[in-house]
Amino acid sequence: MATVQLKQVRKSYDGFEVIKGVDLTIRDQELTVFVGPSGCGKSTLLRLIAGLEEITSGDLLIDHQRANDVAPAKRGLAIVFQSYALYPHMNVADNMSFSLKLAGIPKPERDKKVMEAARILNLETFLDRKPKALSGGQRQRVAIGRAIVRDPKVFLFDEPLSNLDAALRVRMRLELTKLHRQLRATMIYVTHDQVEAMTMADRIVVLQAGIIEQVGSPMDLYRYPRNIFVAGFIGSPKMNFMEASIAQVLQGGSVVVALANGATLSVPAVDGMAGAGDKVTVGIRPEHISLASSDGISAQVQTVEHLGSESYLHLNIASGELLTVRINGETTVVPDQQVQLKMEPRSLHLFNKEGSTMRSLPTSTA
Amino acid sequence: MISSKLRQKWAVTLLAWSVALLLAFPVFWIVLTGFKTETEAISRVPHFFFHPTLENYQAVGERANYFHFAWNSIVVSLGSTFLALLLAIPCSYAMAFFPTKRTKDTLLWMLSTKMMPSVGVLVPIYLIFRDTGLLDTKTGLLAIDAMLNLPIIIWMLYTFFKEVPREVLEAARMDGAGPLRELYDLLLPLSMPGIASTSLLAIILAWNEAFWSLTLTAAKAAPLTAFIASFSSPEGLFYAKLSAASTMAIAPILLLGWASQKQLVRGLTFGAVK
Ligand SMILES: Nc1ncnc2c1ncn2[C@@H]1O[C@H](COP(=O)(O)OP(=O)(O)O)[C@@H](O)[C@H]1O
Ligand SMILES: [Mg+2]
Repeated sequence: MATVQLKQVRKSYDGFEVIKGVDLTIRDQELTVFVGPSGCGKSTLLRLIAGLEEITSGDLLIDHQRANDVAPAKRGLAIVFQSYALYPHMNVADNMSFSLKLAGIPKPERDKKVMEAARILNLETFLDRKPKALSGGQRQRVAIGRAIVRDPKVFLFDEPLSNLDAALRVRMRLELTKLHRQLRATMIYVTHDQVEAMTMADRIVVLQAGIIEQVGSPMDLYRYPRNIFVAGFIGSPKMNFMEASIAQVLQGGSVVVALANGATLSVPAVDGMAGAGDKVTVGIRPEHISLASSDGISAQVQTVEHLGSESYLHLNIASGELLTVRINGETTVVPDQQVQLKMEPRSLHLFNKEGSTMRSLPTSTA
Repeated sequence: MISSKLRQKWAVTLLAWSVALLLAFPVFWIVLTGFKTETEAISRVPHFFFHPTLENYQAVGERANYFHFAWNSIVVSLGSTFLALLLAIPCSYAMAFFPTKRTKDTLLWMLSTKMMPSVGVLVPIYLIFRDTGLLDTKTGLLAIDAMLNLPIIIWMLYTFFKEVPREVLEAARMDGAGPLRELYDLLLPLSMPGIASTSLLAIILAWNEAFWSLTLTAAKAAPLTAFIASFSSPEGLFYAKLSAASTMAIAPILLLGWASQKQLVRGLTFGAVK
């Protein structure tokens, strides 16, 4: 069992607030990903949990025990840094067994644990090497091994893959999720890359400027973003946004909105949240727009990006707004061509002036 | 393109050699003069070629016990360096890894104390030494040398420690290392080259320190700087003997510097190239 709870946790540096009251529960055996743009406070939050930074106010509970004042080593957590932070003067085996040695564990037992971690991570043949003589991926695995041998309550990862090249990153991503299943460990994983978040997480915590924007499973965040920020941050290519105003409020939780180019769309919305004339933002993901033969929103193709398996069209609609559309890779559409767009009402998102969603959210998304 | 680069390289080489020769010449001349007769030494026409003689060294050896002074120099320079490191290492560690708003200012202030002329504190320090019985003791001189070099040592160690990624220390902290373990198992081994060059510099500075050695020591604890000084004012001809004495005084430290050139250069140019 290992849970981590944050209650109104705040952190200031010299009076400048970086973490602005975070409430969060990390569940046992889940892989929770903190994601957000660079500088939003992900690392700070992780370091507060690790004990490397002091919490300014609020409570941190590890397994229901208040841990604010517990020394980092006593919290039973292990961290893997972006820079790996291996001990350069020690070989791989010593790097991994350093914590065990400090804990006074006898050598035979230390060796056993190191061998076991090395086996899991395919590092058996490198145990005598110094970090300098290892590749980036191997160093990364040593850093993970150093965490594994401690058998921590919670694994903390701070952007562990960002120093690796793209191919290796994808492979390590898979290995880490595999490791997570294998160890049945509780993990907190920090990244600025929403793809990593989507592919690895059991639950994602989206952060912006020291505030939690939304917490939920990857698909929940994808389907039911709570606000424009989450909608734009999760998903690639980014969700399209169009300025609009409410033309008519229908019975049964739907509204008709008028886009800037005059086209109208009917969009699901929570009853009573909208009044005619309200300024709103309509959002739709590139994969939810399709080309129609007629009778859609007309647009002009600006550029076509072929990725092979799929293509991205960048289009201008009459309002001057730019939309991205994802279509089949074999498309014959060419730049400057006029096309008609079809948007499924169910795939449309509606946000009010403050940027919050006007659609109802399932209760699982906070 | 290539020729201009080449020309630049030649110019730099030439300049470096000129400066080096200019700096080294007096030392070279002292060594040379030590092997001349007193008459040759004061001759208005410089003698580059002469019959070398050891008579000055004999004279110096008869007048003063070189090894007594040399031993004092060794004890004082090594001892002061050790003492200063003992104080400076924790200090620089704290400044490098747990900085506060005032850390930078403190560093600057410490360095600024080096700008104060030593005579400014001569009287108080002399009185303190007299009242505590530290006059003409190796301990006293060692302590004052340590204090004298402390700002430079702290500053240098601070720069070296800054080079150690803080995450490595944090990883150790997560692994269960307390501050002393962090220092001993990680910071010291990782910055050993820096500590070595800092120590070398401190030893050299203490070895060469003359002002306080001359004012605070007499016969018992006098180091080699005092040994040289004792040859500077006898009656009659003394240039050659003074040169011989100087050569004997600087030889150990020159050899040490020579042997550890690489370390020293690395230490002194640290941070300058980045
Ligand atoms: N030691 C520190 N002193 C002052 N400000 C800091 C410190 N560490 C981080 N910050 C600030 O806190 C904010 C969040 O930083 P960080 O948690 O590293 O962001 P992220 O990991 O999400 O990129 C940034 O604006 C950063 O400048
Ligand atoms: Mg970060």
